[in-house]
Formats: sequence, structure tokens, C-alpha cells
Amino acid sequence: MSQFYLAALQLSLCLGPMAMGIYITMKVFNIPDITTDGSYTLGAAVAATLLMHHWSPLAVLPVCMLAGAIAGICTALVHTKLKIDALLAGILVMTGLYSINLIILGRSNIPLINLPVLFNAFTFFENELYNQLFIAVLIVGILSFLLRYLLRTDFGIAMRAAGNNPMMTRSLGVNNDVIKIIGLAIANALTALSGFLVSQYQGFTDINMGIGIVITGLGSVLIADSLRAWMNITNIGLQIAMVLVGSFLFQMVLAFTLAMGVDPNFLKLFTALFVLLIVALPRAGRILKRA
Amino acid sequence: MISLENISKIFHKGKENELSALKNISLKIDKGEFVTLVGANGSGKTTLLNIIGGAEKPSSGSVRINGEDITRIPEHKRSKWIARVFQNPNNGTAPDLTILDNFRLAALRTRRKSLKIGADKVFKREVISRIAGLGMGLENKINQSMGNLSGGQRQALTLLMSVMDNTDILLLDEPTAALDPKSARVVLNLADTFNKEMGITVILITHSLKDAQQYGGRLIQLQEGKIARDINTESKLQLSLADISEWFG
Ligand SMILES: Nc1ncnc2c1ncn2[C@@H]1O[C@H](COP(=O)(O)OP(=O)(O)O)[C@@H](O)[C@H]1O
Ligand SMILES: [Mg+2]
Repeated sequence: MSQFYLAALQLSLCLGPMAMGIYITMKVFNIPDITTDGSYTLGAAVAATLLMHHWSPLAVLPVCMLAGAIAGICTALVHTKLKIDALLAGILVMTGLYSINLIILGRSNIPLINLPVLFNAFTFFENELYNQLFIAVLIVGILSFLLRYLLRTDFGIAMRAAGNNPMMTRSLGVNNDVIKIIGLAIANALTALSGFLVSQYQGFTDINMGIGIVITGLGSVLIADSLRAWMNITNIGLQIAMVLVGSFLFQMVLAFTLAMGVDPNFLKLFTALFVLLIVALPRAGRILKRA
Repeated sequence: MISLENISKIFHKGKENELSALKNISLKIDKGEFVTLVGANGSGKTTLLNIIGGAEKPSSGSVRINGEDITRIPEHKRSKWIARVFQNPNNGTAPDLTILDNFRLAALRTRRKSLKIGADKVFKREVISRIAGLGMGLENKINQSMGNLSGGQRQALTLLMSVMDNTDILLLDEPTAALDPKSARVVLNLADTFNKEMGITVILITHSLKDAQQYGGRLIQLQEGKIARDINTESKLQLSLADISEWFG
């Protein structure tokens, strides 16, 4: 049973960066970015190809983040320069990425067995499971720290304000377009990293692994948002921590469902219903209160 | 300092609903002037301010600041000289950010927003002392979200924020329209102080004839996109409230 929790924890840590990325686009910028599905697989595809060419997992990490950043920049450019709705811009780039990912992978599935694994790159614990977990915590911890720092800098204040009141930031000398481009680049770099981490966790890269993944990130952020409102959190570091907690709770619920013997074919349907529930519950609560 | 030459603004050009909001306006405003702009609804006051601030581009004509042609310079780059306060108190501040963060961003209006943490102890003290000067009791709330404050409090802070960085020109578009009389007084007195003590050029749009009579030196009336009256400071001192009311007959 503890194995079961640990697996959910490991997976939720791997998905943590993506949830942080969705937090940036959805909560900081107020932009619905669904490039996610594509940039997630992109990260895994770039990583698989480089690993096959005997790159070390540590060297692969920045490259797949860069690839994700480029995908995010594409969406941001389509959105800001061509004035196309952010949702549509994301769908266009995501769709295009499917072909690009297929070209990078060369086929629809690449197993990563017998290749070096990021989670074994260093040995801190004898127990392999704990060691993997520790490295995942380390990566996510460093990223959370960096994101927290970024959002507290002068540039970070401009980022948060641009999403909150673009009219104000324009009058305060902020180029909102540039801020959006940088923000989407960071968000999708984080998403691509998650794709890489999950491919490392599961031992293969699949062209379809990203389908619907944006819902997982969205669910995590929505859970985080409920927790934030409930505990009245304004501190940025704690907000990021809540996003990671949200990611964990989300994976726990999914793991539980599978453990109860729900047919895996229903998993996506169940995920969608679960997110619907998270969104609908607070509203239902309010309606009941009024009645 | 500000010079507008033959400014026209046509909305929906060539369409059925074509509308000429400004018609060939030329206007020079000197450094340190406090200009009050009045006129009926739809006479083009906001459009004129938007063209100076850069939120709108003129259909024809040119805008100069200190002799430099800035007609094509985008709004976010004009913030080098210009600060704005909008009619809606919600427009000038970011509600989910703290008061301190709002002030930090305003303090960087003309500068780069870099990757360092600038809202440090020294900055905090500076903000607290400035806010205390308002006498609204907000100085111990700088870590609260801006969204928790009333419209009057937010507008007063917005105005204070506008001089956190070097400001040559302050554009105020009916800043007190949504405020209670007491906050309105605080805001207009503050603008007056900035003009007198810091030499900031102020352009104030107001619907209140009383405020128009009381605040500012030069008084300009717009009518259907044209300057109907342009009254200098000395002549304005002779004007009574009744005289100004008469213009709007
Ligand atoms: N963005 C816009 N698009 C179309 N028409 C506009 C726009 N802005 C202003 N107008 C029109 O231009 C005229 C002048 O508006 P405005 O400058 O807001 O007047 P005022 O501030 O004096 O009330 C009005 O008829 C208004 O409807
Ligand atoms: Mg107006």
C-alpha cells in the first residue's frame, strides 16, 4: 500500500512543473494556454531522441526545457502579434506540434529501457525508490524556489500586474506582449520538463502521452486555488506549494480510482469528471447556501 | 512642452457609423501649467487625453513633447514622461497585488523591471512615509491587497503612485467622478500640490464645474471635437461659477 502512495507521489512530482506552468498561465497571466498537450510530449520526444544518441539525462534536461520554451514563444507570438485568441493560438501550435513530435520520435513509441535514467543520476539513498523520490523532490524544490524568487522580483511584479490589470501596466511602461511571450516560454519549458520526467518515470515516450494532460494541470491548479481561498493564502511561495499539493491530491484520486478496479479506458473520462467536480463544487455550495 | 498640431481623430473611418471625435485641434501647453478641460459628454475630452498619452493614435496631425515628435511612439514608451490616472479607480491599480507591489511597479515607471527584489526595507519605509502623508490611515496596510480598499482610497494611492518616479506630465481623466466628496478633495488637492511644488504639468478633465472653477489655471472647453474656449489663468480668476455654467446653457 505504501508503494501505492509513493508511486502517486513520484508521478505527482514529475507532473509538478507542468502544474506550476499552468499556474503561471492561468493564475498569473489569466491566459488559457493549451499548448501544454503538445509541449509536454515535445519534452519527452526531444529527451528520448537525445538519450538514444547517448546524451546524459542531465544534459538532456535544459535542452527539452528550451524546446518547450520555443513552443510557448510560438503560441505567444501568434497570440500577441497576429492578435489571435490565446485559446486558438494554443490549439494551432499544439496541433502542429503533433507532427513535429512524430518527426522527432520517428515512430509512435520509443522504449527507454537500458538507457541512463535521470532519477539514478546520483545516489543519495540505497533504496532505489527513495533515491528516485529524493531526486524528483530536489528538482521540483529548486524549480519552486526559482519561480518564487522570479515572481517576487521587479520583473515578477510586472508579470503579475500584467495579468491582473494590463491597462495599468501599459501606462507604467510595461510591454505586455513581451511579458506574455516570456511567461508562456517559462510555462511551456516547465511543461516540457514534466514530459521528460514522466517519460523517465514510466520508461517510454509515446506520441499520445500528452493527450488531455492539460486537464491534469488544470485540476491541480483548481485544487490549489480552493486551498488558497480556504486558507486565505497571499504568500507566493505558499501558493506555489499549494499547486504541488494539488498535483499530489489529483494523482492520489486517480490512483485510488484505478486501484478500485475502474477500467483504465475510463480514466480520461473520470479525470474530466473529477475536474468538473472541483469546478462545480464551490458553485453548488454557493447555490445551496442561497437556497 | 506639449504641442498638438492639427490633430484629427476619426473613428470607424469609411464606415456607415464614421465619427469625427476631434477636428483639427492645435494646442500648446507649457511646462508647469495646470489645464482644466471641460465639455459636454462626447465632446472628445477623453480622446484628446488618449492621444497625448498614446492609448489612441490620431488620424492625422502630430503630437510633440519637448519638441520631439512622439506621434508614433507606443503608449508604454511614453510613460517616460507621462503618468495617468483613470476615471475608474480600478483601472490604475492591480487589485490582487499588495499596495507595496503596486507602488514598486509605479516607482519603476520609466525604468527597467529587472530580476532583483526591489521592494526592500528602504523602499518600504519610503512608501509608508508617503502614504502616511495622505492622512487616510493606510500606511500600516501596505501588505494588503489593493482590491480590499475603497475606490477613494485606491484613487488617492494611484495619484500618489504616479509621482513615485520622474513625472513631467500628469493626465487625469475625471479622477473624482466615482468618489465621495471627501476623497475627491484629497485627490484634487494632491494634484494641485504636485503641480505647485514639483512643477508637474497637469491636465485635468472634470465634469464638476465647481472643481473646474476652483482647480487649475488655464481652462479649455471642448465642443463637438473643437476647442470652443481657451481661457488663460488671469481671465479665469475673473470667472464665476455662474459664468462657466452659462457655457453649457
Ligand atoms: N474607441 C472608440 N471607438 C468609437 N468611437 C469612440 C471611441 N472612443 C470615443 N468614441 C466616440 O468619440 C466621441 C468622443 O468621445 P470621448 O472622447 O470619450 O468624449 P468625452 O470624454 O468628452 O465624453 C464620442 O462620440 C464617442 O462615442
Ligand atoms: Mg470621457
